[in-house]
Amino acid sequence: MKFNQLLIYLIIVFFVVMVASCDKLMPKTLSEDQILDGPISELTNAQLGQHLKGDIAFNDQIFTAETGLGPVFVATSCGSCHAADGKGHPFTTLTRFGQTDSTGNKFLHLGGPLLQNRALPGFEPEKIPSGASYAKFTPPIVTGLGFLELVSDEDLLAMADPNDSDGDGISGVVNWNVIPSYISPRLDAVSQNGKYICRFGKKASVYDLFQQTVTAYNQDIGIASIFNPLDVYSLLKTEPEVNVNTINEVVFYLQTLKAPMQRNQNDEEIQRGRIRFNEIGCTGCHKPALKTGSSYIPGLSNRKFHPFTDLLLHDMGSGLDDGYTEGSAKTSEWRTAPLWGLGLAPNSQGGQYFLLHDGRAKTIEDAIALHGGEASGRRAKYYQLSESDRLALLSFLKSL
Amino acid sequence: MILTAISMTVKAQNDSFLIKRINPDSSKVSMNMDAVYNRPFLTAGNMPIAMGGYLEANTQYASTDGITEGFSFQMQRLTIFLSSTIGKKIKFLSELEFEDGTREINLEFAAMDIEFHPLVNLRGGIMMNPIGAFNQNHDGPRWEFIDRPVSATTIIPSTLSNAGFGLYGKHFQGQWTIGYEAYLTNGFNDKIISNDENRTSLAAGKKDANRFEKSNSGLPMFTGKLALRNRKIGELGLSYMTGVYNLWQSVGIILDNKRSLHVMALDFNTSMMKNNLNILGELVKVLVEVPKTYSQQFGSEQMGGHLDIVGTILKKPMLGWEKAKLNLVIRIDYADYNQGKFRETGGNIGDHVWAIVPGISFRPLATTVLRFNFRFEQQTDLLGNPPAKTGVLQFGFSSYF
Repeated sequence: MKFNQLLIYLIIVFFVVMVASCDKLMPKTLSEDQILDGPISELTNAQLGQHLKGDIAFNDQIFTAETGLGPVFVATSCGSCHAADGKGHPFTTLTRFGQTDSTGNKFLHLGGPLLQNRALPGFEPEKIPSGASYAKFTPPIVTGLGFLELVSDEDLLAMADPNDSDGDGISGVVNWNVIPSYISPRLDAVSQNGKYICRFGKKASVYDLFQQTVTAYNQDIGIASIFNPLDVYSLLKTEPEVNVNTINEVVFYLQTLKAPMQRNQNDEEIQRGRIRFNEIGCTGCHKPALKTGSSYIPGLSNRKFHPFTDLLLHDMGSGLDDGYTEGSAKTSEWRTAPLWGLGLAPNSQGGQYFLLHDGRAKTIEDAIALHGGEASGRRAKYYQLSESDRLALLSFLKSL
Repeated sequence: MILTAISMTVKAQNDSFLIKRINPDSSKVSMNMDAVYNRPFLTAGNMPIAMGGYLEANTQYASTDGITEGFSFQMQRLTIFLSSTIGKKIKFLSELEFEDGTREINLEFAAMDIEFHPLVNLRGGIMMNPIGAFNQNHDGPRWEFIDRPVSATTIIPSTLSNAGFGLYGKHFQGQWTIGYEAYLTNGFNDKIISNDENRTSLAAGKKDANRFEKSNSGLPMFTGKLALRNRKIGELGLSYMTGVYNLWQSVGIILDNKRSLHVMALDFNTSMMKNNLNILGELVKVLVEVPKTYSQQFGSEQMGGHLDIVGTILKKPMLGWEKAKLNLVIRIDYADYNQGKFRETGGNIGDHVWAIVPGISFRPLATTVLRFNFRFEQQTDLLGNPPAKTGVLQFGFSSYF
C-alpha cells in the first residue's frame, strides 16, 4: 500500500515537473535578426492571413506532373530555389540565354530566355542552342522586396549618372525595358519610347514583383497562368495551372516579407567596418539607405530602409561579362546587389557563400576581388586598407 | 416447468457463447513473421471466429525552433482484427485500420493461409510485405514509443501491404528457428518520384487506390525475407523487395524505360537480463532508379534505421495490477532521404532527419501500455542548411482490446 501511494505521488510530481519545464525542454526561438522569414510590422490580421497564404503557396506548394510541373523545369516549387527566403544554391542556379544587346532575345523560339535544365520522365530537358550566349543566375534573397518595389522612378533616376557627371568613376544607369501587357505601370512611372524603368533581377530587367512571380511560375516551374499561358515545352497555349488568387497571395507575401535586420550594430569593429565601407566609396553603388513612396500597406509606406543597393546597372568589367544581357543593360552591366541579409547567406546556401550573380565567389573577399569596371577603384582602395580595417569591413558586411 | 426448462436452455446457450480472451501462446517460438496471428483475440464459445483490435491515442505539445502550434490530441489509430479458422490448416485473418479518426481507412491485411507443410504455407490476398521487422510487427501496444520509427514510416512506408500471393514457412532445430517468406504482390507507382513531399518517397508511391486491383507497372513486385531466431539470443532478419514502379507501357505502347526500386532491410532483436533489457532495431537501404534528367530533389538512394532500448526497472504488483511493469526507454531514429552529392558542387545533399526519444512506459498489463516520450529532432533541408530543431512532449496509451 505504501509503495502504491509513493508511486502515485511520484507520478504526480513527475507530471507537474514536466508541464512546468515544458518550455525549457523545447528548442529555443531564434532571435528576429537571425532569420529572414517573417512579415513586416503593422499588417492587419487580415493582411497577416494573406501573408500566410502566400507563405504556404511560396514555400509549401510542390508541383508535380499532375499539377502542371514542366514538362521541362528548373525547380518544383518557389521554396526550392529560395530556401528560408534566402539566397539560392548552385543546385537551383538558373541559366538564361539568347540576348547580347538591347535589340532583344533572338532565341525565344528555341526556348529562351531560361534554360529548363530538368525534365519529367519521358521528356528531354532543354539545351543551350548553338550560338546562344548565356549567363548563370543564383536565386536572390527574397526578403525586403516590397520596400525595393516602392522606391520611386524619380529616386532611381536621381541616383543614376550615365555620363559620370560627378567624376567619381561610377555611372549607374536604369534598365529601360518593355513590360508585359498584363502589368499596370505605377501611377508615377516614368516611361521612354514605350519602355519602363525596371529594377528586379540581376540585370534589373523585371518591372515589379507581379511580373517576377508570373514569370518564375512559368519559366522556372513550367506553370502556366492566365497572364503567361504558354507551355514552356511546346510553346503552345495551355490551361492555367495556377490561379490568379494564388499569384496575388505570393506577390503579397513577397511584398510584405520584412527587411533583413543588421546584427551587432553597436559592436566596435562592425562600426569601424561601416566607416571604412563608406570611406572607400562602396556606398557609391551600395547605397545604405533608400526610401519608399506611398503604399496602401502602412508598414511599407514612406519608409527609410537599408538595402545597400541603388538598384542601378553598373559596368562590372570584363571579368563579369558573360556575353548575355536583358533589357537595355550591356553584357558587362549588373544591378548593384542589395547587401542586406549577406551575413545570413550561408544559412540558405548550404553553409557556405555562393556570391555574385552566378555564385562564383565562395567568400565575400572573392566577391570584392571580382569587382571590376566601375568598381575597380573601390576594389583598389579596399586592398589599400590595413588588414585590421579589411577584417572590420568584412565583419560589417557579415553583420548585414 | 416450461419456464425452468427455458431458463436452463438460455443459461446453457450463454455458457457456450461466453466471450473469452485468447492470449498469444508465449511458450511457442514467435518470430516477427508470426506477429499478424500472434495477437490477443476474443472468441465466443466454440465459434471458429475470433475478433480483436487495438487503440492508440495521445496528446502532444510540439515546438520547432521555438514556434509551436500548441497542444493537440490525437486518435492515431483504431484497428480491428477478424480471424477465422476455415478448416483444418486453413485460416483467414483481416485487419482494418482507421487512422487519425476516419481520415484514412485501410484494409491492411486480408489473407487466407493454407498449410501444406510447416515449411510450405500458401498465403494469398492482401498481405503485409515482409520488409524489415516493423512492417510486420507494427501493433501499437507492442511498442514503448508513441510515434512509429521515422525510417519505418517514411523510408519503408509502414504499414505496407499489397495484394498478392506467396509462400512462407518455418523450420525448428533445437534452440534455432529459421523462417522464410517469399511473396509476389502489386507494386508502387510513379508518385515515388512525383509527389508533394518533394523527395523520393515510397510512402507517396503507395498512395494508389488501384494498388489492390492492379500493378501500376504491370509487373509483380517481389518481397522476400529470411529470418533466424535463437531462443536465447534473439532474431535476425534479412529482407529484400524489388520491382518496377513506373507506368512504362500502356495498351502495348512503350511510354518510358522500366525503372526499378530495391529495398534492403536488416532487423534484429534480443533480450537479456531475464527479459529486463530488450534491444531491437532495423536498418534499411533504398535504391530507386531516377532519370538523370530529372531533379536531384528526388534522390536515388535513401537510408535509415532505428535502435530501441527498453529497460524494465520495476516488475511487481502496482496499483492493483499484478504483473505491472515500469520501463525506461530510449530510441535513436534516423532517416536520410537523399544520399548523394550535388552535380553542381560535389557537396553532400542534405534532406535528413535524426531524433532521440527518451521516455517512460508503464504496462499495467502485457497488452496495455501508457507512454510518456520526449522527442528531440533535427531536420536538415536538401541544401544542408542549419537544421530545424523540434521538441515534442507526448503522453498516450495503446491497448489491445
